[in-house]
Amino acid sequence: MTSEAMRIDTDRLPAEAEPPPSKYAPAGHTFTSITEQISDIVLKRPTGLGWLASMAAGHTLALVFVAVVIYLLITGVGIWGIDIPVAWGFTITDFVWWIGIGHAGTLISAILLLLHQRWRTSINRIAEAMTIFAVMCAGLFPLLHLGRPWFFYWLLPYPNTMRLWPQFRSALVWDVFAVSTYFTVSLLFWYLGMIPDLATLRDRTTSRLGRQVYGAMAMGWRNSARHWHRYEAAYLLLGGLATPLVVSVHSVVSSDFAISNVPGWHETVFPPYFVAGAIFSGFAMVLLLCIPIRHIYRLKDFITVDHLEVMARILLATSLLTSYGYLSEQFGSWYGQEEVEHYVYLNRMIGWGQFASVSWTVFFCNTIAPQVFWIPRLRRSEPVLIVVSLLILLGMWLERYMIITTSLHRDYLPSSWGMFQPTIYDYLTFFGSIGVFLVAFLLFARLLPMMSMSELRGQLHGAHAHEEGR
Amino acid sequence: MNPRKHLHAEHPHLARLAGRSGRDYWRSLEELGGDPSFQQMMMREFPAQATVWPDSLSRRQFLSVMGASLALAGLSGCSVRPAPSTEIVPYVSRPEELVPGRPLFFASAMPHHDEAIGVLVESHEGRPTKVEGNPDHPGSRGATDVYVQASILSLYDPDRAATVTHHAQARTWDDAATMLRSAIDAARGRDGAGLHLLTGAILSPVLAAQLEQLLAEFPRAVRHVWEPVHNDGAYRATQQAFGRPLEPAYGFTRADVVVSLDADFLISGPGHLRYAGDFIDRRRVSSAAETTATTMNRLYVVEPVISCTGAKADHRLPLRDADIARFVRELAARLSVEGAAAASNDHAAWIAAVADDLEAHRGRSLVLAGPRQPAAVHQLAIAINDRLGNLGETVRYIEPIQWRPADCTASLRELTEAIDRGEVETLLMLDTNPVYTAPADLKFAERLEKVPRRIAMSAYRDETAELCDWHLPQAHYLEAWSDARAYDGTASIVQPLIEPLHAGRTPHEVVAFLRTGQWTAARELVRDVWRDRWKAASADEFDRRWQTSLHDGVIADSQSEPQSVSLAANWNQNLADELAAIEAECKPAALELILQPDPTVYDGRWANNGWLQELPKPLTKLAWDNAAIMSPATAKRLGLEFGSYAHGGEHGGYHMPEVDLSLDGRTLRTAVWIMPGHADGTVALSLGYGRRHAGRVGGDEQVSLGANAYVLRTAERPWSASGLQVAATGQRRLIACTQQHHAMEDRAPVRVGTLDEYHNSPRFAAQPDEERDDDAARRSKDPLTLYEEYDYAPPKHKWGMSIDLSACIGCNACVVACQAENNIPVVGKEQVSRGREMHWIRVDRYVHGSAEEPDGFYFQPLPCMHCENAPCEYVCPVEATVHSAEGLNDMVYNRCVGTRFCSNNCPYKVRRFNFLAFADFDSPLRRLQYNPDVTVRSRGVMEKCTYCVQRIRHAEIDADVEGRKVRDGEVLTACQAACPTRAIVFGDMNDSASVIAGAKHSPLDYGLLTELNTQPRTTYLAVVRNPNPALEA
Repeated sequence: MTSEAMRIDTDRLPAEAEPPPSKYAPAGHTFTSITEQISDIVLKRPTGLGWLASMAAGHTLALVFVAVVIYLLITGVGIWGIDIPVAWGFTITDFVWWIGIGHAGTLISAILLLLHQRWRTSINRIAEAMTIFAVMCAGLFPLLHLGRPWFFYWLLPYPNTMRLWPQFRSALVWDVFAVSTYFTVSLLFWYLGMIPDLATLRDRTTSRLGRQVYGAMAMGWRNSARHWHRYEAAYLLLGGLATPLVVSVHSVVSSDFAISNVPGWHETVFPPYFVAGAIFSGFAMVLLLCIPIRHIYRLKDFITVDHLEVMARILLATSLLTSYGYLSEQFGSWYGQEEVEHYVYLNRMIGWGQFASVSWTVFFCNTIAPQVFWIPRLRRSEPVLIVVSLLILLGMWLERYMIITTSLHRDYLPSSWGMFQPTIYDYLTFFGSIGVFLVAFLLFARLLPMMSMSELRGQLHGAHAHEEGR
Repeated sequence: MNPRKHLHAEHPHLARLAGRSGRDYWRSLEELGGDPSFQQMMMREFPAQATVWPDSLSRRQFLSVMGASLALAGLSGCSVRPAPSTEIVPYVSRPEELVPGRPLFFASAMPHHDEAIGVLVESHEGRPTKVEGNPDHPGSRGATDVYVQASILSLYDPDRAATVTHHAQARTWDDAATMLRSAIDAARGRDGAGLHLLTGAILSPVLAAQLEQLLAEFPRAVRHVWEPVHNDGAYRATQQAFGRPLEPAYGFTRADVVVSLDADFLISGPGHLRYAGDFIDRRRVSSAAETTATTMNRLYVVEPVISCTGAKADHRLPLRDADIARFVRELAARLSVEGAAAASNDHAAWIAAVADDLEAHRGRSLVLAGPRQPAAVHQLAIAINDRLGNLGETVRYIEPIQWRPADCTASLRELTEAIDRGEVETLLMLDTNPVYTAPADLKFAERLEKVPRRIAMSAYRDETAELCDWHLPQAHYLEAWSDARAYDGTASIVQPLIEPLHAGRTPHEVVAFLRTGQWTAARELVRDVWRDRWKAASADEFDRRWQTSLHDGVIADSQSEPQSVSLAANWNQNLADELAAIEAECKPAALELILQPDPTVYDGRWANNGWLQELPKPLTKLAWDNAAIMSPATAKRLGLEFGSYAHGGEHGGYHMPEVDLSLDGRTLRTAVWIMPGHADGTVALSLGYGRRHAGRVGGDEQVSLGANAYVLRTAERPWSASGLQVAATGQRRLIACTQQHHAMEDRAPVRVGTLDEYHNSPRFAAQPDEERDDDAARRSKDPLTLYEEYDYAPPKHKWGMSIDLSACIGCNACVVACQAENNIPVVGKEQVSRGREMHWIRVDRYVHGSAEEPDGFYFQPLPCMHCENAPCEYVCPVEATVHSAEGLNDMVYNRCVGTRFCSNNCPYKVRRFNFLAFADFDSPLRRLQYNPDVTVRSRGVMEKCTYCVQRIRHAEIDADVEGRKVRDGEVLTACQAACPTRAIVFGDMNDSASVIAGAKHSPLDYGLLTELNTQPRTTYLAVVRNPNPALEA
């Protein structure tokens, strides 16, 4: 394919009546300018010092992660602070946190696609990439968390001479299916959506290696009407497939807790409450990634303040949903007056076990802080968005930490009550995983188109937006 | 090193075989059979060989080499090629009764310093692996204590002294013989003058006879005795009261009312296992038939420091040591004991109630004083018993079981004075560690250095050995021939289960050498003495009797006869003076230091035993440490409080404030621990810690555990001293504690009722559950499970366990027994402080009432509940924990991937996880102890109580082979077998005639957390207490 063919496509004329122009469409851009600006980030923009510095930081953390993992594999999970009774600690917290962050991607890609939310176009690629990397990080934790990680495959249903299957009543087995399905579908969705753009990169790159790599990844995309026809059908189908996953993954993850009999875990509200919390933290992460990107890569035309505002609205809405979860838990424990459970919730609030500061930080970050978004001016203020997003990410991490530790550390028999205190390795594993995420994301920003050029072009007045469907 | 070469070096006659063909080898073996040294080697079994090759040959290698040698033997028969000669020797003729894979049990006795406990030792192909109590022994009756259980680990302790040493240089026994000979030659000329022996209490009739002979030959030689945990008070008191030292033997079966004056008779002291059983038997009320007719004994305890006995008391009064004398004086006065003057007392109502109760049970009551109490208290206790007509009824006196009992403090003081006078030429110390344990004011270490020739014999190169010229390694009781007497005087032969793993010998051999100048085997020495004793008519008769005694573990009719005693007229001669002296000590505002033997390491002799160090102390639940223990009120007064959480917090430990304890110019730095139930104004510290030469576990020059309480101990005031100063240093120390939380938080894991409540409403414990379950049943007609119910119909078994909380005395024997049986690793203080100890059964301790004024202490052993609806089973993703066809909740270690979800979901938190590689797969000595029937678990695997499934299988196989059913009581779990009070019952619930079925039908039966519908298979019998109505207001 040559760039000639591309031009024919970009100059395609509308065949039907135009939809009204969206306020989220890139103003003042033409098909060409969109293509150039996005693809040039990958193909022409020199590698900046900022990128290199971030990459160095990311690599340092990632190396720490690798070192800790090696030490962990040699020594055992005892390097962490986990004990009896708190046999799950930071690692499961990290897992749930990363999985939660991974939720925004699919939500934006699938549900907003089906709901014709056109503002998603500017951010869906970034959100999907974030999802992939977050789920990759998340997936590491349950593996490393095993006492004997080298036998992780026993959780998979594979034919074996022992004629043993996984034990399907356990939510951990459901987890394996839920997370691996989610990862597969997210990856396919991301990749499929990227194919037209990969073809653009293939056509525009000047390097031989680039042509080969992008060419292979574009899978022979020729921009023909037949391609588009099939592509859009597939994309919509995948969107439909991914939609239930948005709800299912975190519902299943919440079952890791909800199916147990641990007071503070055994809650019917957990699935919706976890899903809301996941979307909440996911959007906070998307905001946190989008704001620097639109500055550094001069993409303010594409990610406008209007985009940020709509995400702030979502944060506010999901914050209220999550807070409803908190309220319902507290109410349930008070109304039920089941002694042990009531004690756990009181313990969280009052903190006989020294966890009250954690709980109140959670409530502040996840319930109080997002309320600033009732004020329209603050929804459009980048510093406020950054601060609140950081608070939300902290709050959501602490929320999972609170649920896991406060429930376990004082359960039924007072004789077995204990504490959890993290070790340095708990922290290093967590921050190390952020490094892994950072490295992956920086590579993405440097090597792949951060926005869907084809969809953005479709948003322009006069284009036929493919997401309008057929 | 090449193991074969090593063996060649050890056995030169084997070297002759090198280079010959396999065929030659096998023929040569028979040829060599006549060589006596070769035969000796053949008789050695695997353990001895393993110690010959401590580092170079692992068991795995051993087996593979052995397998290869067998294969090659076959090959050489075919003459395919000349096989290399090999040195591994299979059994040519199998020892009698030995079936590989089946353990043999041998009777023996474990000598402790104040009594011997009869044991049955389990031996797997020549390796002793587990010690059980001997049902035929009066001091055991099948039960054991923590020391008996842990003694097997000491056998395999690599830190035990391995050779004779001279100034820390390795020497041989021949060198030692030369030295002993020159010492004895020097003494012989002077009738033994200059020869001094220092020993602990001697309970061995053989050693006693040997020493009698030695002292007869060396009339001017002197023997001194020193036991750090001595009972000088009782010694002096009986001396005064009866004119000679006598030993009490209590009859708890006949006592309705027991008053303990700081006597922890359930846990320590001669006869404690027997007494615990007898005492608890009088408190069993749980037979379903006659609930209204049941009676119980009643126990009053007055003590400064909460003890296990105190925890079982129906009424307990925490008093400072100084106040106990005042208490007993008042009690004696109320009972109109002659010569006892009343003293003002704050506890008049209490004393009146006790006095009335005693008065009402004349001849069926018992007052006993503990070893920590001064002679005056003992004297008054004897007088009260005399006054109540208890002498000869509930308390009898026998001749002391130890040879030449003495006032230990006086005896040691005589030695130091003799050293000062320069009279001591040679000091031989047998199995005692005075440098560590002697009272600080005697400055024993300093004085010892003045003795020209210092010889110590002990199992470890301890503090005393460090200061001696010569140290002789002493054999462990499982490697030695000896004998020892039980609390009632019954003698048992101590027989070895294994050749000495190191070069250890017995004190018998050394004492015999002193007399004869040559080594005589200990077995002959023991036989000689008993041959004399029995005056057997013929050699045959002697051999028969000897065999019977060895087989039974007791020597028939050797117990001491009760002496008829009467109170001497002048029994209270010095009483007033002594009481006045105690009174003078008793300053109300002064802090009192209480010293006590440690519940796990005792006086320090068990310090290098990892099982005992890791064992949580019964009440404080501290592990690996001692601490200055005080009541919350005392701590508050001193401005001390709990420090910050260590990793595990309540289940793990704290960083506790560090304090300097000063007394009469001596200072000791230690950590504080706060424990309800201690008398206000006292600070308790246990002996046995702060050791510098115990070994790698118990403390060496680099790392020391806890604080050495002997630093504050004086000859005059060995057990308590007033005027203690406590000053916080501002530092913190890590203290490991497995259960700091003592309150039950209104959850009633332990259910308690009084005898009256039991009479009125026998099902008081189960009632709340039954009402709730009725409600649930009314609401839903279906069974509360989604799954098909298991079918246990006979002939299948339906195993179950019942634990009688009235009977549990918190002694921890079950915990160590389980550790020994199930290859449970020791994890160390740091891991315990992280909440990672591995015990499969734990004994929970709860305190009822406020921390300032607790009114009840309860123990609750918690093994796995083996739930019918087990919460652990359905959350395991890989089916590593599953229900067995007999109702056990099995753990499949091989399948476990270590998600730990099962532990989170276990409401009882009885599961234990190998967070790190805790099990010792490598050290050759340690591995010898492992039970071959139980897997040693690797890192990353969950484990928990199995109901000793290996014992169940053994019994089932036996029953199968014999074509019968498993008998009730045939399967004893390790915890059940060890229990001195038979609190744990296990069996097949399908068998309606079984003990377990009876226990399950007891009105006191209740399950823990049954509201979760777990349907636990281990249930409890509620605590029934018998308080005095007069004190209930």
